[in-house]
Amino acid sequence: MAAQVDRARLTRAGYVALTIGAILMVSPLLWALLLSLKSNASLVGNSGAAFHPPYTLENYAAIFGNSSTMRWLLNSIIVSLCTTAGVLILASLAGYGFARLEFPFRRTLFVFVLVGLAIPSQAVILPQHQLFAWLHLHNSYPGLVLPGLVAPFGVFFMTTYMRAIPKELDEAAMLDGASRWKIFRSVILPLTIPAQSTLAVFTFLGSWNDYWWPLISATRSNMYTLTVGLAASQMNYAQTSGLGFLMAQAVFASVPIFIVYIVFQKQIVRAMAGAAVR
Amino acid sequence: MTQSRRWEGLLFVAPFLFVYSAILIFPLLRGLWLSLFRIELFGPGHFIGFGNYERLFGDPIFQQSLINTFLVTLMIVPPLTVIALALALALNRAGRTAAFIRGIFFSSAVLSVTIVTLIWRFVLAPDAGLLGEIWKSLGWEPLPFLSDVHLVLPALAITTIWWSVGFPMLLFLAGLQQIPQDMYEAAALDRASRWTTFSRITLPSLKRTLILVVMLQTAAQLQMFGQSQLLTAGGPSGASRTAVLFLFESAFGRWELGYASAAAEVLFLIILAVTLTQYWATGQMRVGGRGRAG
Repeated sequence: MAAQVDRARLTRAGYVALTIGAILMVSPLLWALLLSLKSNASLVGNSGAAFHPPYTLENYAAIFGNSSTMRWLLNSIIVSLCTTAGVLILASLAGYGFARLEFPFRRTLFVFVLVGLAIPSQAVILPQHQLFAWLHLHNSYPGLVLPGLVAPFGVFFMTTYMRAIPKELDEAAMLDGASRWKIFRSVILPLTIPAQSTLAVFTFLGSWNDYWWPLISATRSNMYTLTVGLAASQMNYAQTSGLGFLMAQAVFASVPIFIVYIVFQKQIVRAMAGAAVR
Repeated sequence: MTQSRRWEGLLFVAPFLFVYSAILIFPLLRGLWLSLFRIELFGPGHFIGFGNYERLFGDPIFQQSLINTFLVTLMIVPPLTVIALALALALNRAGRTAAFIRGIFFSSAVLSVTIVTLIWRFVLAPDAGLLGEIWKSLGWEPLPFLSDVHLVLPALAITTIWWSVGFPMLLFLAGLQQIPQDMYEAAALDRASRWTTFSRITLPSLKRTLILVVMLQTAAQLQMFGQSQLLTAGGPSGASRTAVLFLFESAFGRWELGYASAAAEVLFLIILAVTLTQYWATGQMRVGGRGRAG
């Protein structure tokens, strides 16, 4: 990040405001972490106990002993990985076609894809639900993955990226007698790895955190993703588990996503920059 | 070019187009069609033209949910934009500390709505919550954020601002990086005040980003669902029911598919209007910008 823009030197008041803001920002997370480390019994009617020892790992032990939370984690991993792989394959194929090949109705079809950017998921959820009911795909992995593969933004993103690659590369490979498919696989695809990883991180985060579709499609507890499973335990809070256990689940569920975030921070920031400049 | 070569490109785009048409475009059209029927619980249904729309606009629950949606969007978008811009201005510098604080403000954005509401439900709870504890330690009576008709929408707004401040902050940071450094150097030579520099250079240069942030956030908040469903289930007495929660309840609670489809179409039109305004505004600006430059 540019160092020179330091011109607007922060005043003392600015530092204080920023520090207070940062504390406000993390305090709910830290509080959840403290609650997760308390025994459920000690929290009954007294959540203030979170601020004092003793702390325990019993809630985390209970998660690992709880087969449904582990099943939800597995479902989330399967669904997010399949969705990410599917989007990368479909978007790079389509991006290559739109960016570098001529065919009838190319422009019209590209505009047709861009229309999808303006369609909110709420507008199509009911007919999608019906469609998947006809196909008997509810409560199945294909049912959870398929709607995530509709990624007009991914196609737009890959098309823009692939357009910027010099045309001469294809032409040279054509002269060597390579097929379109071969050019795509061994010339273009390796050059798009930075774009692929950005798209992958965004698709993975989006799929992992999706609440709307799995809430409607997965009605059996064993097909819940972590997001939906956690929502269900949240709603049943009165009858079950306890505050500490609930918070341990929340912390447990956010760890994978924080790891993805920390590892791919650079890609995320770079992609943001691209979105703003566009 | 041979005939087969001409069509080759289509083979690359065909897999996506098939999935896209089957899972997005077909349902979109089918939704429009469904909204013209009266359907209850998987029955065949019968055609009633615009009957669902007429009923919708006479339905006080739908009206209330639309008003709630607009109000909560209004409570979120302006403060969120200002806070994100202020953070970006303060944190647009090199160094580990700034990077660390940027990380803190972005961290909540990677959480799912379920985790956010799970945590905030107990932050906001008057008897066992974090805010309640702080209030009590100050000797005040804790506020019943989630059970008071007047406090519930602000509570949803605070939760949402906390959740989503990171993304617009990053957009503004990226926008700030695009401003040519020499503009600031020229301003410094002219001994321009900090405010003049901000209002004459920074803000105009960020106009595109500003429009993008406001429009993306407006479109996102008009679709608010999880916070309303998970924190309050739309209560107390419908005071926090959003339009999407209304849609969800009509469809998957009462199985009135035609009626819910009509609600979905109304929402779609509203969001489409916001999106088109964004395209129009950025387009206007590009034309205007070129005119001035030329």
